[in-house]
Amino acid sequence: MLPSILDGVFNGLSIGSILLIAALGLAIVFGLMGVINMAHGELMMLGAYTTFVVQNGFRRMGEPWLQFYIFFAVIMAFIVAALVGLILERGVIRYLYGRPLETLLATWGVSLMLQQFVRSVNWVLVVGLMVFCLLYFGGLWLVRRRPDFERIRGWAIAILLALSAGIAWAVGSVLAQTYGLAMTKPWFGAQNVDVTAPRWLLGGLPIGNYQLPYTRMFIMVLTVLCVLGIYWFLQRTAWGLRIRSVTQNRNMSACLGIPTRKVDALTFALGSGLAGIAGCAVSLLGSVGPNTGQNYIVNTFMVVVVGGVGKLVGTIVGALTIGILDYVIGTGILALLFAPIQPLTDFFTFFATTSMSKVLVFFLIVVFLQFRPAGLFPQKGRTVDA
Amino acid sequence: MTVQAAAERRGIDWSKRRSLLIEAGIVLAIALFLILIVPALLSGFRLNLMGRFLALAIVALGIDLIWGFTGLLSLGHGIFFTLGGYALAMHLKLQIPPTASSQLPEFMSLYGVTELPWFWKPFYSFPFSALAVMLIPALLAALLGYVIFRNRIRGVYFSILTQAATIIFFNFFNGQQKLFNGTNGLTDFRTIFGVPVNNASTQFAFYVTTIVFLVLAYALCRWLTSGRFGRLLVAIRDDEPRLRFSGYNPTGFKVLVFAVSGALAGISGALFTLQTGIISPNSMNIAFSIEMVIWVAVGGRATLVGAILGTLIVNFAKSLLSEKFPDIWLFFQGGLFLLVVLFLPDGIVGWLRTQGVDLVRKLTGRNRVATYPSLEEDPEVDYERKNLGD
Repeated sequence: MLPSILDGVFNGLSIGSILLIAALGLAIVFGLMGVINMAHGELMMLGAYTTFVVQNGFRRMGEPWLQFYIFFAVIMAFIVAALVGLILERGVIRYLYGRPLETLLATWGVSLMLQQFVRSVNWVLVVGLMVFCLLYFGGLWLVRRRPDFERIRGWAIAILLALSAGIAWAVGSVLAQTYGLAMTKPWFGAQNVDVTAPRWLLGGLPIGNYQLPYTRMFIMVLTVLCVLGIYWFLQRTAWGLRIRSVTQNRNMSACLGIPTRKVDALTFALGSGLAGIAGCAVSLLGSVGPNTGQNYIVNTFMVVVVGGVGKLVGTIVGALTIGILDYVIGTGILALLFAPIQPLTDFFTFFATTSMSKVLVFFLIVVFLQFRPAGLFPQKGRTVDA
Repeated sequence: MTVQAAAERRGIDWSKRRSLLIEAGIVLAIALFLILIVPALLSGFRLNLMGRFLALAIVALGIDLIWGFTGLLSLGHGIFFTLGGYALAMHLKLQIPPTASSQLPEFMSLYGVTELPWFWKPFYSFPFSALAVMLIPALLAALLGYVIFRNRIRGVYFSILTQAATIIFFNFFNGQQKLFNGTNGLTDFRTIFGVPVNNASTQFAFYVTTIVFLVLAYALCRWLTSGRFGRLLVAIRDDEPRLRFSGYNPTGFKVLVFAVSGALAGISGALFTLQTGIISPNSMNIAFSIEMVIWVAVGGRATLVGAILGTLIVNFAKSLLSEKFPDIWLFFQGGLFLLVVLFLPDGIVGWLRTQGVDLVRKLTGRNRVATYPSLEEDPEVDYERKNLGD
């Protein structure tokens, strides 16, 4: 009895902590820009794949190094996801401010492309992309220095786009022809890949006759560090102050000389980086595939809905509650708890699968929203929509 | 004075009625073209695809109603679509010849069910099933809409709640093997009204039915969006707080329009199921619901023709591209989302109406300088232009 409850709370907490890291980024970005990033799950997936790559790299370096790859992987996952997020913000989202629903669709498109990218990425694709970017942006940079750039802009972009795409495609196919499989073999493919935790994370801390797995404890420690880091960053640094002020009132902050566009880009990169760390944590729990992000994304959104966007604490409470509820209902522990009362047991047994527990949790969320439509800790302000 | 006013009113009515008649004539002509001529042009396979896509166009109309006109981005129309499909599929599954050994749908005996679950029983009757195709999705949409809109939850929140609802229903139907055959869904239909379903002539009847329903759905949407109600929907989209301050309660209108669009999705799902021969929880996955939105976006929001056109274009492109290069389709689809949102926010029809007209003028050399329409119609200005100009 006791071990099963302990197990439920502990596993729920660890799943909740992954949700928390992912939702933190989402909530900060949503609070700041009113934008929901549908590609957030794919950024998690990128973080998980980065962990996989880092692990393989360290495996080549030999034994003592392999034990510590995870620390390096966390940092790399953050950097990779943050860079992709930065490109996403600069390339797409900044053109869509004030149109949150369109942003939703555009980021969904990005998430589809990222999924397919991971499935079919190979050297040909990477080299082709690099050639394309080099030619296109290099060409644009050259053209931009001409005095009559504004006049020929449309034509220049069209010609450059066609030219660089053509050359990149040609280079790609020549590479594929000359080197064959070495170039065209997908790096990861469509099937899942496995990350093995370092040996010192494999065991568990025995409590009575129950073992607390070290991997899950590692994830929780990572979460605590992330939350503390974000708290410190938002409350104690100059850029954190700017982020908070833009969240409160964008126009007023702009008037006071805060570079709101820079703040947006920075915050988006930060949120994406957090998604990358969450992906690194996910990879420790099981195998990861191109669809990994999709499994977490809806729950992450629900955390933002329940927590509200005003305060960090809302996200924390929301994530942990949803994580624990989901796990506790899904594993049927509640049914065991209510064993003496037959109808309740039947009720909870009906929902005691991973998929059915989500049904009940969603129902609870909708009921909760009837009382607190703006979430646990809503932003206070005098808006019509509050 | 009163006579003149009455005549004037009648005159406005006449011009309005004439344009309506013209529109009805065009719609009818296109429908007849689709029924009489297109079958001769397309092979059987392509014709079946065409029928499916026309069925999908009905759900696109529903999405246009709720997103294009009312400004609520629903990512949950897959639910209503699938429920409509299931309602009809359950009726089809109960068409068991009396000589068969078991009077249950075959998957039930597979999972050891001995008695028909109670909620399957009404689906023996076709009228009930036909009603259920529309009413179950409409009622669900009304319920979901009520609990969300009541609290003034809107914008992105509405979208992600409907998206969550989609995954919830997906999980629910996936998990219920005994009731709905789980992941495999309902398939292997034999007869409807005693006629084999897979006959070429039956399939053609389904095709014609689809077109009839599409025309009816178009007429319904046209009627809803043209009058006072349509202006209210646009007002909700453009400035909801202001509408509220003018004394309207938007909740009821939003619930109603969500329910109507859910019912359209249900009809679409039922017709789609008839022509594909299968309905499974797969059509409730998130990707499909968002795909529906992109059909409307490609065609043009808040233009009903655009919704239908977009559905046909995107789906034919999909069937062509995914036949030839299955890998590239996701790249292409993702790119389509980006391109439409960034460069073609009004969709194809919207673009044709604005820039397209200008482009044609430019190409044909009839470049007219745009002025204010009130100036064009002003008799005084007109007089001056005619008599005082060079």
